[in-house]
Amino acid sequence: MSEGKIKVSIDGILVEVEPGTTIMNAARQIGGDVVPPAMCYYSSLEGSGGKCRTCLVKVSKGSEKDPRPMPKLVASCRTGVMDGMEVQNITSPEVLEARKGIVEFLLINHPLDCPVCDQAGECDLQNLSYKHGIEETRYNFDRRTFEKIDIGDKIKLHMTRCILCYRCVMVADQLTDKRVHGVLGRGDVSEISTYISNAVDNDFSGNMIDVCPVGALTDRTFRFKNRVWFTKPVEAHRDCPTCSGKVTLWYKGEEVLRVTGRKDEFGELEEFICNDCRFDKKATSDWVIDGPRSVKNTSVISSNHYELPAPPPVIKENLKLQTENKKQLERAEKLK
Amino acid sequence: MTRQLLLEHINVPGINTFEVYRRMGGYSAVEKAIKTMGPEGVLEEVKTSGLRGRGGAGFPTGMKWSFLAKPEGVPRYLVCNADESEPGTFKDRYLMTYIPHLLIEGMIVSSFALGAHTSYIYVRGEMMQQIRILEQAIAEAKANGFLGKNILGSGYDLEVYVHPGAGAYICGEETALLESLEGKRGNPRIKPPFPAVSGLYNCPTVVNNVETIAATVSIINDGGAEYAKIGIGRSTGTKLISAGGNLNKPGVYEIELGLPVEEFIYSDEYCGGIANGKQLKAVVAGGSSVPILPANLILKTIEGAPRLMSYESLAEGGFVSGTMLGSGGFIAFDEDQCIVRNTWNFTRFYHHESCGQCSPCREGTGWMEKVLFSIENGQGRSSDMDLLVNVAKNIEGNTICPLGDAAAWPVASAIRHFRDEFEWHVNNPVESQSRNYGLANYAIMANS
Amino acid sequence: MLNINNTENIENVEFTPELIGKFNEIVSRYPEGKQKSALLPILHEVQAIAGWLSVPSMNKVAEFLNIEYIEVYEVATFYTMYFLKPQGKYVLEVCRTGPCCLVGAEKIMKHIESTLGVKEGEVTSDGLFSWRGVECMAACGNGPVLQIGPEYTFYENLTEESVNQLIGKLKNNK
Repeated sequence: MSEGKIKVSIDGILVEVEPGTTIMNAARQIGGDVVPPAMCYYSSLEGSGGKCRTCLVKVSKGSEKDPRPMPKLVASCRTGVMDGMEVQNITSPEVLEARKGIVEFLLINHPLDCPVCDQAGECDLQNLSYKHGIEETRYNFDRRTFEKIDIGDKIKLHMTRCILCYRCVMVADQLTDKRVHGVLGRGDVSEISTYISNAVDNDFSGNMIDVCPVGALTDRTFRFKNRVWFTKPVEAHRDCPTCSGKVTLWYKGEEVLRVTGRKDEFGELEEFICNDCRFDKKATSDWVIDGPRSVKNTSVISSNHYELPAPPPVIKENLKLQTENKKQLERAEKLK
Repeated sequence: MTRQLLLEHINVPGINTFEVYRRMGGYSAVEKAIKTMGPEGVLEEVKTSGLRGRGGAGFPTGMKWSFLAKPEGVPRYLVCNADESEPGTFKDRYLMTYIPHLLIEGMIVSSFALGAHTSYIYVRGEMMQQIRILEQAIAEAKANGFLGKNILGSGYDLEVYVHPGAGAYICGEETALLESLEGKRGNPRIKPPFPAVSGLYNCPTVVNNVETIAATVSIINDGGAEYAKIGIGRSTGTKLISAGGNLNKPGVYEIELGLPVEEFIYSDEYCGGIANGKQLKAVVAGGSSVPILPANLILKTIEGAPRLMSYESLAEGGFVSGTMLGSGGFIAFDEDQCIVRNTWNFTRFYHHESCGQCSPCREGTGWMEKVLFSIENGQGRSSDMDLLVNVAKNIEGNTICPLGDAAAWPVASAIRHFRDEFEWHVNNPVESQSRNYGLANYAIMANS
Repeated sequence: MLNINNTENIENVEFTPELIGKFNEIVSRYPEGKQKSALLPILHEVQAIAGWLSVPSMNKVAEFLNIEYIEVYEVATFYTMYFLKPQGKYVLEVCRTGPCCLVGAEKIMKHIESTLGVKEGEVTSDGLFSWRGVECMAACGNGPVLQIGPEYTFYENLTEESVNQLIGKLKNNK
């Protein structure tokens, strides 16, 4: 064992991590299918996570010292690992069942207006529903609606689509010097709002669009211009006095339709970019091109056509997961 | 007559004033704790007493106190949870109204034990009258040297402040309460860290219910061992029960834990039976969050043993046939009450009070309310009961704080025990609008 | 939808020196630098003046506490005791939760609605009354109950007659 590191197993796969690492980040070190989905957690935003509950996992063994399982499913993004901890994500039917329920909760009041939503094709909620959702709704009541509002001349707020992840509020809190929008109201009628008409105007406010997991905050300079899967992402940079200047340009033919920050494999921005780069530099001559952006072959963006992503690993077809699952269950039974 | 530890002097005229309270032996626990026991001594007595949190969860108080982190140079806080808002519960209001000095005295000994020098009483905003009463009591205690600098010449300093809420059930959850006390929205925090490590202003904090803190006074005066003799098993001491609903004598009663439920409902010493000569249909024994039980199961366990008012006895049978003592909000339903309507009403409450932070509770409570409303209004479908049970299951255990569980349990238990009444509503949409299902077959069960 | 589009006609709000003194006393209950803790009690004080919280008054509170305006709006819209639009002079708040409904709270609400002639949340034409159902007020043993701010006086064991008497008495108070 490496110096000072602790061991944790996720779905039977061992990984050594620094003390203080969360289960989510330990899983991200492993990568692949054992990484729980995250709709509200954002590693670069302090205090994010814990709210959407899609990343719930089962801790079937607390630690080497105290092997008792945790009584409830825990939010992997906000639960630290302990030495010897054993976690079940996709090997736990209980977790998959709970996740299905959470996805349903997120969708019952979602407008499902993907055909007219700019986020379609790069929407975390869309991907989550493909992977974990059910095909029909059991909800037969009117869905909650809000009016669309402009918060500033560059950002459109479409509250009806919001899943209240609080990420945009944290961006405003942690990246900008003055926050003018927040979560107002309570319960299922709480909403992102400025309360009085107010423009969100700040050098870094555009990052709210990139951190939004759904189409609630969209880029007004790109709005309705094209579907993302018809555009070609290209990595580029410029010498920017305000930010790192490292971006992704989204081309349609010769034209730059949109500029975003560069996202990593978990959909998080590698670096936040400034509004100048995002909204005002839309000529190829503004940029130094680094090359095409690599896009996962499961993404609609790479394939330019609709295709279902690969189905999640099915336990009954995967011998390794099967044996692990059995072992975990036996251990849990013993400790009862 | 049950031993009265909290309400012994409640009927003494002027007991709300310092003078009379002191004459009746008040503040002797402060003297004893500070002069002879020391903080460790107080903690030991509370541990010995077996006192458990009276706000609903029933966690051992001494253990909670001993978890408090004590890093050098960092202040520690005691916060009293007086945000009493669990439907059916009104004991804290009663205690603060009539015998406020008991709470203040408890605050002093508890703060002393924990080494807190500033303590807050978070009172729900609607209790403006009680806020005034407590502020008055604090001023009197301070004027008489029991609060402020150098209490009783011991060198121990303590200030107690009252902080008003502003209408949010969720602030009864301890971390939401702390957020609210910091001037924020009452969104529960994600745990860990627990308040004992990082609570108010990120400092180690203990949050205790009003009744818990008040109970420490007699524990100091008479000793923890004496307190532990009262009650039954791990349910030691006395408990305030708020009795409401269709009872002849609703009100706040101090009982020794272990009192038979039947005696509590029917004896003249307590609730005096069901109002208007009607029959008991169901009981919610510990505040609206706990599972509802039909009359037969609240009076006797499934094995036929008499059900007692104690943490263990009420929980016997688990959620299949048992319930919880909770906060002691005892709501009795007579034969004319409609379980469907009541379940809808409670669910509306949780829907209204959900903070909206996490998705299962934010979306699930509203969904359940809408389904229940349609059943109650003759538009239910036969699949709705299974749907409700499933939605409740998807909420339960998957939320940030216990409000999700609290919303799910009443629905799941109502359908578990009263499914035929729900089905009757669905199958008789017209008739159910004009009359209640009544006791139907529960009557037979209740008398057996 | 919690969005106010009309920000014109917003008058300037001034707090009296007495009120500022009271605010300072409230702030002194909390540790240095934790003045935001005073937000809830201060909003109660401000609401007691006009019966509701206008945008300028909330902004003024934000300036006093040295926090962003939005932090006040977030809190004021979360807690149900704060009114974000003008109310009647007397707001009758009737408990509508389970235990009170077992003993007739719904009937009392219907009676208030027909007596005052206004729906829940509306103000009577003379500006004297508005009413609404609120959730459990922790007085279940004496239901049905209602409360009237800003002192939140309680009226318990309500009957239609006692409600009539109460409304009559308040009308005479003016």
